[in-house]
Amino acid sequence: MNSSVITFPGSNCDRDMDVALKKFGFKNKMVWHDDIELPKSDLVVLPGGFSYGDYLRCGSMASKSKIMKSVINFAKVGGKVLGICNGFQILVESGLLPGVLLRNKYLEFICKNAFIKINDKKSHYFKDIKKNILELHIAHNEGNYFCSKEQLKEIDDNNQIALFYSDREGNVSDENNPNGSLKNIAGIFNKEKNILGMMPHPERMIDPALSGEDGSIFFENLINNLK
Amino acid sequence: MIVNEKVALDHGLKKDEYKKICELLKRIPNITELGIFSAMWNEHCSYKSSRFHLKNLPTKGKNVIQGPGENAGVIDIGDDDAIVFKIESHNHPSFIEPYQGAATGVGGIMRDIFTMGARPIANLNSIHFGSTQHKKTKNLLRGVVLGIGGYGNCMGVPTIAGQTSFDESYNGNILVNAMTLGLVKQNKIFYSKAAGFGKPVIYVGSKTGRDGIHGASMASAAFDDKIEEKKPTVQVGDPFTEKLLLEACLELMAGDSIIAIQDMGAAGLTSSSIEMASKGNLGIEINLNKVPCRESKMSPYEIMLSESQERMLIVLESGKEEMAKKIFDKWNLDFAVIGKTNKNKKIELYFNEDKVASIPINTLVENSPMYNRKWKKAKLPKKIKIKKEQFKNLKIINVLNKILSSPNICSKEWIWQQYDHTVMGDTIQKPGGDAGVVRIHGTDKAVAASVDSSAIYCWAHPLSGGKQIVCESWRNLISVGAKPIAITNCLNFGSPENEENMGEFVECVQGLGEASSYLGFPVVSGNVSFYNQTKDIGIKPTPSIGGVGLIKNYKNMITMDLKETNNILLVIGKTEGHLDQSLFARDILNEKNGPPPEINLFNEKNNGETVLKLIYEKYIRSVHDVSLGGIIIALSKMCIKGKKGAILKKPNYLINQFEYLFGEDQGRYILEVDNKNLQNVISILKENSVHFDELGTVCDEDLTIDNKSKISIDDLVKSHTTWLTNYMSN
Repeated sequence: MNSSVITFPGSNCDRDMDVALKKFGFKNKMVWHDDIELPKSDLVVLPGGFSYGDYLRCGSMASKSKIMKSVINFAKVGGKVLGICNGFQILVESGLLPGVLLRNKYLEFICKNAFIKINDKKSHYFKDIKKNILELHIAHNEGNYFCSKEQLKEIDDNNQIALFYSDREGNVSDENNPNGSLKNIAGIFNKEKNILGMMPHPERMIDPALSGEDGSIFFENLINNLK
Repeated sequence: MIVNEKVALDHGLKKDEYKKICELLKRIPNITELGIFSAMWNEHCSYKSSRFHLKNLPTKGKNVIQGPGENAGVIDIGDDDAIVFKIESHNHPSFIEPYQGAATGVGGIMRDIFTMGARPIANLNSIHFGSTQHKKTKNLLRGVVLGIGGYGNCMGVPTIAGQTSFDESYNGNILVNAMTLGLVKQNKIFYSKAAGFGKPVIYVGSKTGRDGIHGASMASAAFDDKIEEKKPTVQVGDPFTEKLLLEACLELMAGDSIIAIQDMGAAGLTSSSIEMASKGNLGIEINLNKVPCRESKMSPYEIMLSESQERMLIVLESGKEEMAKKIFDKWNLDFAVIGKTNKNKKIELYFNEDKVASIPINTLVENSPMYNRKWKKAKLPKKIKIKKEQFKNLKIINVLNKILSSPNICSKEWIWQQYDHTVMGDTIQKPGGDAGVVRIHGTDKAVAASVDSSAIYCWAHPLSGGKQIVCESWRNLISVGAKPIAITNCLNFGSPENEENMGEFVECVQGLGEASSYLGFPVVSGNVSFYNQTKDIGIKPTPSIGGVGLIKNYKNMITMDLKETNNILLVIGKTEGHLDQSLFARDILNEKNGPPPEINLFNEKNNGETVLKLIYEKYIRSVHDVSLGGIIIALSKMCIKGKKGAILKKPNYLINQFEYLFGEDQGRYILEVDNKNLQNVISILKENSVHFDELGTVCDEDLTIDNKSKISIDDLVKSHTTWLTNYMSN
């Protein structure tokens, strides 16, 4: 399986993602934002970080970088594109995913473990994961997902909500919403479910010595389902 | 502008210093030259009041690759790996403009680290605020935390540990000390010593603006009523540019084209160019028209004294300019050849074809003033006699709750949740433990780091306080299973021109020197911040110590959370019940006098080394050192972290219960031991003549102190975790 991780100026989880993908068997290439062509890839990842310093709006400048034209074309023909954190923000800014990511409700950066309920297991991303709830790490300032009523209806109707913030048991409520996100949304798909944007960082949970190993479950499932 | 004595005084120079400048130059300096002298000779850059005493600190050891005098200290951690680290203050700017002050403090210390070729792998900070009742405290705390997070998070470097305290002596002068650790291969360490004549001098990074002009001079003076007017001297940070600068510098450093490199920190282009020339014993000429400026019509004076952030100065091998420029172009950063090295041993500046300054380098560096200032020795305060009636009406659980939820003890999660502490994927011990721990990427090794200070002890008796912090740092590293290697210090004091403040400095430095020398825990880098005072009132003496230790196999790392019911709890080190200057005495009895706890360096070393041995033998399940608040606070934190209870035993010797539980005797640790390993542990402790007492056992629920005093774990958690969040949301 070939993967590509795009490095934008200000990306800072690009190396972590490279480490994670390789650990679970991907042949990964790092791709510079200024390149025009994507290498042959089964998966393209837009990593976390602060592309262009998050100036203007998170992800907005990165969404206009040269490589994004190729990423958009790749996605439009069904290529798998995964955006984590800032990568999710870039996906919504480039129009590949609906909605926007606003500043966290309490206007503070949040870095902590969170329970994430998987809403839809039909896509390649979560197909054979046995657990319904993963413990993953979140670290963001703008993870407060928002969209219009019409958009929400469409997202709901198409089963595009991928992940919710929940508690350990999978209860989705205000109490376990860390950032004010609409309906506790932590990740969404496009209609065709080849594109996934999510705020949590699975690449930070791939080793028993770290905060947990549920990230490993995510990557193992991903590579098995892409084969 | 005509230069005269008055202009010199306005620049913060003293009369005799101005006289000395004229003598050294054999003429009156022009305004640019005067600006350069004032920047190089101020306290912040010249260490003129502290050098005399700092030279006595132990700075050598078998793991020390580079001690003080470079951008940061460097230690050997084996396998050709080295850790570069340093702590630095950004106190004055943070009080005036908390967000930018703290942010640029973090940015500045990270630059010091990657200037030496090391990729930053961990940040820490030590922040001190005024009374929680003071009207400015909340906003300052919020701003500083946002600033530290704003910069560090964007850089993608985890913030793994820190310390926060509140004390009314910081009401008018908060402290913000930032520390960074970086990782480098030993053959890829870069230094600031220029070499070779005719080599190109390169400017890279952000453009130069008018921000921060005279920032270093501001940091060398006391505050008065007009501090708000100094806002323009605070620099503005751009972490995005620094992230690009980091990647570009490391890319260039992968080759061998750099002769010397120095970041433009305090006193900007002035100090960076002069330091490189001074260390290389050569001269440097700069054409100021070539310096990339972001504002029009900047004068030579402004260009030389600007403290715009995210800039570096490089002496490059001749002929490598094009190759280097390509790298900086790729990262969209300015790159300009602004001068060259020469034989003249002067700094010579040109602007619009005129020579606008010419100063022999040695007059700025070697001939800079050094003062052996007058200082007053502090007496050891008399022990207070606490009358037993004072304990009479106290209920242990009430006292425990009060201390556990007090500003200086309560959980600081509200703060560290705003710092990205897991980016880079190697943080194996998060904030909230005894020390932060990060793995050396792709290896079995890990480094632990902690930052500590004990202003109360230092204020009560500077010599003991100075020793105590070094020991505390040592204990915190041991408590996660790390072998302590070296320290960096940030010495925050009042005015050196005040004999008492100067005395506090001298004796704290003496104390920390004694302890670090005895423990084999040398000082490899640091920074001095004087004039932390508003009008005539200085802060409590606050040396911050950043300690770094090595864990050879990260699987030997240990944490403080209680692990298993029925395990035995031991206290290592003798509990005498020293209450003077304890949290209990100060917060509960309102008794502010008396000496701090005594430090016995022999016990400190012996206890620590023995605990480390027990950790490596895997005989113990959790460790926590006993510090502020005594045994019961330490044990409560172990219960909270492990969601386990404990049942205390009555001590087997005669001691008042409050003294036993809340006394702050030094050199102590609490250990959790499996029953099956108990005999092994006891025999190792006895072999090494380490004093220990049996404290109690681990249980499933409730902390039970005696038959009248019991508290549930939920209540402990509530006590510990709610205060700060409530305070900040009201």
